Amino acid sequence: MSASAVVFYMLAFFILATGLLAVTSRKIFRSAIWLLFSLTGIAGLYFWLQMEFIAAVQIVVYVGGIVVLIIFSIFLTQQSGKDLPAPVRGRPVVSALLVCAGFVLTCLLLRQYAFRPMGQSVAGAGAGNMGVDASVGNIGAQMLSTSEHGYILPFEVISILLLAAMIGCIVIAIKVKPEEK
Amino acid sequence: MPNYAFIVLIPLLPLAGFVVLGLFGRRYFQRFSGVIGTALVLVAAGLALWVAYGYFFDWGKLNGAYRPIIALDVPWLSFSRSLSIDMSIVLDPISVMMIVVVTFVSLMVHIFSLGYMKGEERFATYYAFLGLFTFSMLGLVFSGNIFETYIFWELVGCSSFLLIGYYFDRPTAVAAAKKAFIVTRFADLGFLIGILILSFYAGTLDFRTLIQRFTEPGPQLASITSASFLGISLLSWGLVLVFVGGAGKSALFPLHIWLPDAMEGPTPVSALIHAATMVVAGVYLVARLYPVYAYSGPAVLQVVLYVGALSALLAAIIACTQTDIKRVLAYSTMSQIGYMMFALGTWRPGGEATGLGYTGSMFHLFTHAFFKALLFLCAGVIIHRVHSNEMKDMGGLRRLLPLTHGCFLIACLAIAGIPPFSGFFSKEDILLAAWHANKFVYGIGLFTSGLTAFYMFRLYFSVFWGRRLREDGGRPEREDSGRALRNAGGHHEEAPLTMKIPLVILALGALLAGLVPFSRLVTYDGRPEETHGVGAFAIAPVALALIGVLLAAYLYRKESDRPAKAAAAFGGLYQFAYHKFYIDEVYSFITKKVIFNLIGRPAAWIDRNIVDGLMNLVATLTAKISAGIKGFQSGKVQDYALYFFAGIAGLAVLFIYIYT
Amino acid sequence: MNQVPLSHILFVSAALFFIGMYGLFTRRNMITMLMSVELILNSVNINFVAFNKYLYPDKLEGVFFTLFIIAIAAAEAAVAIAIIINLYRNFHSIDVEAADEMKF
Repeated sequence: MSASAVVFYMLAFFILATGLLAVTSRKIFRSAIWLLFSLTGIAGLYFWLQMEFIAAVQIVVYVGGIVVLIIFSIFLTQQSGKDLPAPVRGRPVVSALLVCAGFVLTCLLLRQYAFRPMGQSVAGAGAGNMGVDASVGNIGAQMLSTSEHGYILPFEVISILLLAAMIGCIVIAIKVKPEEK
Repeated sequence: MPNYAFIVLIPLLPLAGFVVLGLFGRRYFQRFSGVIGTALVLVAAGLALWVAYGYFFDWGKLNGAYRPIIALDVPWLSFSRSLSIDMSIVLDPISVMMIVVVTFVSLMVHIFSLGYMKGEERFATYYAFLGLFTFSMLGLVFSGNIFETYIFWELVGCSSFLLIGYYFDRPTAVAAAKKAFIVTRFADLGFLIGILILSFYAGTLDFRTLIQRFTEPGPQLASITSASFLGISLLSWGLVLVFVGGAGKSALFPLHIWLPDAMEGPTPVSALIHAATMVVAGVYLVARLYPVYAYSGPAVLQVVLYVGALSALLAAIIACTQTDIKRVLAYSTMSQIGYMMFALGTWRPGGEATGLGYTGSMFHLFTHAFFKALLFLCAGVIIHRVHSNEMKDMGGLRRLLPLTHGCFLIACLAIAGIPPFSGFFSKEDILLAAWHANKFVYGIGLFTSGLTAFYMFRLYFSVFWGRRLREDGGRPEREDSGRALRNAGGHHEEAPLTMKIPLVILALGALLAGLVPFSRLVTYDGRPEETHGVGAFAIAPVALALIGVLLAAYLYRKESDRPAKAAAAFGGLYQFAYHKFYIDEVYSFITKKVIFNLIGRPAAWIDRNIVDGLMNLVATLTAKISAGIKGFQSGKVQDYALYFFAGIAGLAVLFIYIYT
Repeated sequence: MNQVPLSHILFVSAALFFIGMYGLFTRRNMITMLMSVELILNSVNINFVAFNKYLYPDKLEGVFFTLFIIAIAAAEAAVAIAIIINLYRNFHSIDVEAADEMKF
């Protein structure tokens, strides 16, 4: 068992444990923080997979943006010190059962398939080609390229989507002032 | 006469009257409907007379015997080649005689009702019902198929119901109509079972074939006589059950309870239905099946004999005590029908006067129609005048209603059996047949004829003699004759012409009908027989009748307390007879305490709790399941998410593992 | 990295996915439901990245998918918060059990 494997298993444990705590915690603020930790763990996983850019984006957008947004909305809508109400009777049991069943199903499926790499095979431990380097430069170049594997169109579309989302949020959440006579 | 198809007009004309008057009479010709109805029946009566003349004197005989002629045969409902319900018209001596009687009496009643029911609000409906009845009765006598008889039997019962309950706003009339229908319907159950038994073993519903198969040795006769139920052969059961049906319709003991109550209907209706035609349907039925009764079921004929005799005696006793004029006549009818029935029961194979009972019965049917209808119509005139049915309200009417008085007297003499009136001849035949068959029954018949004379003349003297107190014949002390006084108004003539004509015609009939050489025309095997002379045998009945007349005169001719003393002398028996032997009470007890409690209530309970309960259970179950399913749409997003995921997981398992 | 077979990473992501689903089914607060949804989206991201790294090392498609998913997730979270605020104004509670008017 090499060190990277140990790191991986520790990261995995961390992610799952904090995720579980996030969904079961009774206090909402703690739940948000556990989520924060889980997302950070996932960022760590990306680092371990040597996808640094993704890890960075994860931290900046998810942890720094979405979780903060969630925390703001917690403040906006209720007292965060209060306990969350208990789930409806029977539902935790049923959902736990279903979820476990689903998980078992997925694992069985996973076991059946031998995942063989389609491109160049990864050989050797810690040596050999890493394939293409997932550096920022490469990613940026490919994202904005108009050639065959370029992602310029989705890039533009997603900017429109973000604009639409912004406008939509404002429209949905706006408070209509009563007309003054 | 090769083409008999026109004969179907005889029943169809009154039916047309029913349809037209029933549908359009109320709106379009309220007052004219009487004329229409009468005209149609007049044509039908003319046709009937023509057919009768032709049959009896022209083309009816073959090889010296009157044979049955099938005038029309239309297969209506065929179950198989041999078993089918045909609508057929059969002409044979009794059916031809019956159509003459039915159409003639119906015609008289139609004419009489023109005056009697004048001013009635539902005049057209009345004539429509009369037309329906006439059609049904004619269909009944014409039918050559036993099931066709049953169909018309029920139709007759239905028209009787409609006519008895004609004054439907009177609760007594409604109750009487229901009683008549229910009692006869109950008897018809026996009739139906009898039909089924007989037709099952004979393999046919046609009268001629059925009679043939049951009177000649053959497979059908053997099978029906060998099969038995409770120790009695099925042939006897079938015949007894058919007789039960006939007994119900003919108001024989113990199914007679409906006849007195049926007097709630208008009087002309009583004349038609409950005197001359419908009540003789039972006798007619037994006469139709007579060969089977005679050759194959002598034990059943004993039943017929005794039931008829008992009814005759019982009715005569009750009639002596009744005070309602129509009720007396009703019991008199029952008594005379008892005569007709026991005459049929006097069959003795081989021996003196073998078929005399049959001839006598039919002859009495014929003459009885005339004088009984006459009696009822006279009663109608009296009631029309006095506005009351009770004998207490009448008296001394002979100067007020001279024509009615004469006709009534003729009819009473006829029914009492005084020569040379018609009733004498027919009763002679019956008593002679009884003498040869069973002396005990002869004794009963003799005694009853004396009683008949007594009660009829009791009625006669009470109504037409005695004290007359008022111009209109009503008595001033009674409270309700105040109404009679107020309505007295312009009542100065006896009755309108339309009411007088039938009386005269029927009186002529009652006088002359005895002269018809009946035994040459109607016998049990179609062969004419010579009318035997009236000999010393006639002395006893006539003497007894005269004694009855004199006794009635002694008691009732003048107002006195002799009747009351006589009634007191009989004491308990008088009370018993006055209350009609409490038979109605017995029936009421049986139905209320026994049938309703033992059968009706449990049946109702089962219906309410088990049958309805089952339905309710199904409904409740559906509602509960539906409410349960309804809960799936709870409006909660997480529930939906759960169902969604469960479905996906299920489908995934299905498609990945099971349907690879 | 090579010593951890791909299936292990996939196990982790699957487990995270189902944890997120459990939270989605169970939590009564709308904001906590949103948090569970974020967990689900993240598990998908892990999948993409892992596939890219292990099976298609010479391509970058997985990375792009992941990037776009992250961006869209952010937008979606914002819209979801807006909706939650709107619902809060109407029902005066962010209990998801309270918004059950579309029922039988």
